[in-house]
Amino acid sequence: MNEPKIHVKDFDFFYGASKVLHGISMDIPDRQVTALIGPSGCGKSTFVRSINRMNDIIPDARGTGTILIDGKNVYGRDTDVVALRRRVGMVFQKSNPFPKSIFENVAYGLRINGGGSKREMAEIVERSLRRAALWEEVKDRLHSSAFALSGGQQQRLCIARALAVDPEILLMDEPASALDPIATTKIEELIYELKSNYTIVIVTHNMQQAARVSDKTAFFMMGRLVELGDTKTMFMTPKEKMTEDYVTGRFG
Amino acid sequence: MTSTSLRRRLVSRAAEAFCAVSVVIALLPLALILFYVVKEGIGALNADFFTKMPKPVGEAGGGMANAIAGTLILIAIAAGFAVPAGVICGIHLSEYPKSAFSTIVRFAADVLNGVPSIVVGIFVYGILVLPVKRFSALSGGVALGILMLPIVIRTTEELLRLVPAGLREGALALGATRSRAIFTVILPAALPGILTGILVALARVAGETAPLLFTAFNNRYWSTSLTQPIASLTVQVFTYAISPYEDWHRQAWAGAFLLVMMILVLSIAARLAVRRLERMNRP
Ligand SMILES: Nc1ncnc2c1ncn2[C@@H]1O[C@H](COP(=O)(O)OP(=O)(O)OP(=O)(O)O)[C@@H](O)[C@H]1O
Ligand SMILES: [Mg+2]
Repeated sequence: MNEPKIHVKDFDFFYGASKVLHGISMDIPDRQVTALIGPSGCGKSTFVRSINRMNDIIPDARGTGTILIDGKNVYGRDTDVVALRRRVGMVFQKSNPFPKSIFENVAYGLRINGGGSKREMAEIVERSLRRAALWEEVKDRLHSSAFALSGGQQQRLCIARALAVDPEILLMDEPASALDPIATTKIEELIYELKSNYTIVIVTHNMQQAARVSDKTAFFMMGRLVELGDTKTMFMTPKEKMTEDYVTGRFG
Repeated sequence: MTSTSLRRRLVSRAAEAFCAVSVVIALLPLALILFYVVKEGIGALNADFFTKMPKPVGEAGGGMANAIAGTLILIAIAAGFAVPAGVICGIHLSEYPKSAFSTIVRFAADVLNGVPSIVVGIFVYGILVLPVKRFSALSGGVALGILMLPIVIRTTEELLRLVPAGLREGALALGATRSRAIFTVILPAALPGILTGILVALARVAGETAPLLFTAFNNRYWSTSLTQPIASLTVQVFTYAISPYEDWHRQAWAGAFLLVMMILVLSIAARLAVRRLERMNRP
């Protein structure tokens, strides 16, 4: 087995005085899909947001321990956070389109990375929208406001926006929670297709989804990593009783 | 049962009546002012008023061309420095809400907001007029700008803070630097509101007279020089209104009417601009 893309060792996280992640250690393999599951409030979002240092902007929040991407410390003193975030794309739990046109939303990442010719941009925007299963719905109104889209369309727009900059790692925090079954299927197909090039970490509350799309599954509870393993094993023959109860819905 | 329901109905009626009276008290003065200004002013308004210069004392006719231009120049100077400075301060306040500098600026803006405009005029007189011993358009514009500043600062700050944190995170997650995120995503999201604040501030200072008496002063002649005294609608209306000449009174009304119209147009422009931007900005 080759090197993990992301290596996490003894990672703790605090919001002020309250500790919400306890000694997380896990390896996230390159070009595979890793699903994070666990009850609400267990720290899944906090964990993925630690990987691209999105928690940096929360006052009084801090993480300790190690997160390495390709062997380089994410929290190292000489880490360029902006460059890191360009390599690690993110789709947020709540969709957050910019107050711009649909086209400009998708082009945003390209523009801040130096842009390109008009034709290149248009091509990348179209390709990203197609991959996010949104192109057919918006191709005739690329220049109208992103806010005119429905919630599910906005979420797919945010996915397209993240894809446009071609990151190495894609963090997806419940990307399908606001989508209908058809769009969800499209996103799942997209994830399946993307994993030949990208490392994907996806948070989901939907067990079937985790089972369908992921290669590895990590089960979190109350800030601890309870179990991590091949998705099949996790759903068929988990080692921990808690995991079994959770994935079979007997939890609570 | 019935007595409480009767009581409830009575209280409700009383509250409604109270609201109605309050509305009348609030609207009556506005309606009366508009009525008088329109009645007296509209008849006095003619092409000469816009295109002619004032006639010598006591002579009938002439217009306020110089004062109209003067007011526009003064407002432009005021906005020219108060808008960028105010918006930048507002950004700082919302980005570093707890820094010592922010606390001081916020306090200063609140105090400044309460300072009578004539005091601001005297202050600018002290720093910009006395040293060069000459009234100037520049000093008048600065005085008006100082009066705009607190409004611009506080609306900018408040509206930036209303922008959802998710927008900033979205921009940062794509590799935007903090300042890039502010100027390309956060500021545009708050722009409609900030623009309204700016236009409200403009409308407010356009009607100021007192701070101009010590700074821009007045000028009977056409002037667009920043270092010379300059006429303004408000000061001209004031001068004409307290004069003993019938024709000057007529022109003062016309000037007042024009001021009211300018402020009305500013307010309508604010609404239209906001509506256009909001269509782009809001769900
Ligand atoms: N900004 C914050 N400040 C303080 N506490 C926070 C903050 N964000 C999250 N928390 C707390 O940290 C814990 C983990 O939250 P997190 O959002 O990571 O959970 P989650 O697993 O993503 O939940 P969900 O499935 O509901 O999204 C929770 O107890 C939450 O209350
Ligand atoms: Mg979450």
